[in-house]
Amino acid sequence: MKTKILPILLGAAMGVAATTGANAAKLDDVKAKGFVQCGVSQGLPGFSNPDSDGNWSGIDVDYCRALAAAIFDDPQAVKFTPLSAKERFTALQSGEVDVLSRNTTWTATRDTGLGLNFAGVNYYDGQGFMVRKSLGVTSALELSGARVCTNTGTTTELNVADYFRANNMPYEIVAFEKADEVVQAYDAKRCDVYTTDASGLYAQRLKLTNPGEHMVLPEIISKEPLGPVVQQGDDQWFNIAKWTLFAMVNAEELGVTSANVEEMKGSDNPSIKRLLGTEGAYGEDMGLSNDWVVRIVKHVGNYGETFDRNVGPDTPLGISRGLNALWSNGGIQYAPPVR
Amino acid sequence: MAVQEQDLVGKPPRASLVNDPKVRGLFYQVVLVAAVVFLGWEIVHNTIVNLEKRNISSGFDFLSITAGFGIIQSVIDYSETASYGRALMVGVYNTIIVAFVGIILATIIGFIVGVARLSNNWVISKLAYCYIEIVRNIPLLLQIFFWYFAALRAVPDAREEPLSLFGVVFLNIGGLWAPKPIFESGSSIVVAALIAGIVIAFIVKRWAHKRQMATGEQFPVFWTAFGLIIGLPVIAYLVTGMPISLEHPEFVNEGPILRRGFQIGIGTNVIPEFIALLLALSVYTASFIAEIVRAGIQAVSHGQTEAAHALGIRHGPTLRLVIIPQAMRVIIPPLTSQYLNLTKNSSLAVAIAYPDLVSVGGTVLNQTGQAIEVIGIWMLVYLSLSLATSAFMNWYNQRMALVER
Repeated sequence: MKTKILPILLGAAMGVAATTGANAAKLDDVKAKGFVQCGVSQGLPGFSNPDSDGNWSGIDVDYCRALAAAIFDDPQAVKFTPLSAKERFTALQSGEVDVLSRNTTWTATRDTGLGLNFAGVNYYDGQGFMVRKSLGVTSALELSGARVCTNTGTTTELNVADYFRANNMPYEIVAFEKADEVVQAYDAKRCDVYTTDASGLYAQRLKLTNPGEHMVLPEIISKEPLGPVVQQGDDQWFNIAKWTLFAMVNAEELGVTSANVEEMKGSDNPSIKRLLGTEGAYGEDMGLSNDWVVRIVKHVGNYGETFDRNVGPDTPLGISRGLNALWSNGGIQYAPPVR
Repeated sequence: MAVQEQDLVGKPPRASLVNDPKVRGLFYQVVLVAAVVFLGWEIVHNTIVNLEKRNISSGFDFLSITAGFGIIQSVIDYSETASYGRALMVGVYNTIIVAFVGIILATIIGFIVGVARLSNNWVISKLAYCYIEIVRNIPLLLQIFFWYFAALRAVPDAREEPLSLFGVVFLNIGGLWAPKPIFESGSSIVVAALIAGIVIAFIVKRWAHKRQMATGEQFPVFWTAFGLIIGLPVIAYLVTGMPISLEHPEFVNEGPILRRGFQIGIGTNVIPEFIALLLALSVYTASFIAEIVRAGIQAVSHGQTEAAHALGIRHGPTLRLVIIPQAMRVIIPPLTSQYLNLTKNSSLAVAIAYPDLVSVGGTVLNQTGQAIEVIGIWMLVYLSLSLATSAFMNWYNQRMALVER
């Protein structure tokens, strides 16, 4: 029997050794398997949320679909992995997901110490507080002595500690692993305050028993630039992740929408020509086809379209563009030019 | 011929090394050890190389960095400015507390239900039977959610009139509120008196046992011990001028709504996450302990009871002096497993925001990104706790084991 164990052990050791060399050229891996594995949240309306049939939608989901459209010309070539706030980086670091598009805040630690690269910002957010209207509170500065519910493993946990400490207010923190449990506990009145990114507050409010009884306080206590993330060490994949986002913003800026993209191909505007690949070979330089932006906009739409469809004023979330408007419209969404 | 015969009788013919079982055995042992060592080295080496390649920082330096997050329950000094290492210690203590109290509670419930299961009273025995069958067949996580979310909604809000037990202990959604003892100067004498009382009671017990063995005379050990343990501290308390006072939780009923309810930091507050986890763990584990106790008692042959009765020993002492000591020998080993299970199951706390080691460690992991280090710490702590429990129970088992002469 011993003679049989040995080769197995050696084989296992070799297997461990073999995985070392397999993480270069993510684009080739993705093309080979035929889909993009995308890490999303476990259910945050407007950002990444499954419906009763298991179809995902949201602004973060649309980004993954845009990535798939750019590579495969098929927005359905995506598989979603729901991840908790705690699991998300490990999943990305280990290569379990190709890209993490999960309302994740861009911070220095994450960008450097964790070996990750943020591909840009698809939603400028900030942390806010939600309370019951019956508390009679109008400002976050009146929250002294409050019990605060939030998620573990998020920047919100740190921000809330900083905020209450800076304003010399005592507080108690109750931190759950899953967003659903936070909502349940807040709904059961375990906490006076629910804190997370403001967009998340609007989204989670829809899940409460009586959404009308709750209000989001005006204070925004932190900067939360949310964006897609990839692993370090593969510049090509990083470029594709970055430029997929830039392409959507540029398309909005140049007035290219899913409805008019085909006719825009005949435009005389040199910027549009370069963007849609009728001039130059910008797609090929990234390892994609030259009509990559056409594919993105045709299947998914430009940045403004995905915003309006998922979180905009006409959706249950009803969030106005605000900071997320284009730079030319008073916001800070700005993408480098394609040229 | 003669020479050959002599060879056969004297020394066995020397077989080649390949066929020598001793050499072969040794060879394979060495190969196996080498393979295991190689595998271990390969895993460690690969991990390090991969971490470096992906620019992920590693090492334990992060333990001294400021944590920056709050923790709702901690028995040691902790604030947001403390280090990650300190935060993890808070988690370790919280795990130990819930495991320790859980083990005691589960043992008490388990023994009562186990004995009730054997009761001659039909109602009591069937109730115990239902309890065991229902509780042990529902997944623990569901029970934790039940105690937390279902029971939580049933108690009054933080700002409504709380449920009161004798006007001393209160219950609301913020948990259990009880008076807190405040130790002033001189209180150490009271504590010393308590310890002295326990020590003297112990000595008296040994002396009484010796005397009974020698002369057959009995001594009222229980009442003496009771007097010593309760009486001595009470006398010390009165003599030193009552240095220990109680701080009652303060319920505020007016003013800004946020400031109403019990005030944080006044009195003792047991958070509902702890209560829910403790109840779930002990009720669940108790159902297994009950069956272990039943098995242990039934393992003692009925002849033992009859023999004791024949000697004129009453029912109570029969159970206490004859049945239980023998049953314990059957009970202790599986009981140890249940204690270990309870300790490890306490890691489900993360689902209901009880800040145990896994919950706090998860936060640390996420803020620092040092997954391997944090998971290593988790494993080390749970392993140490389990080994410590095992060591204690093995010691106890040896004490209770049958002394064969």
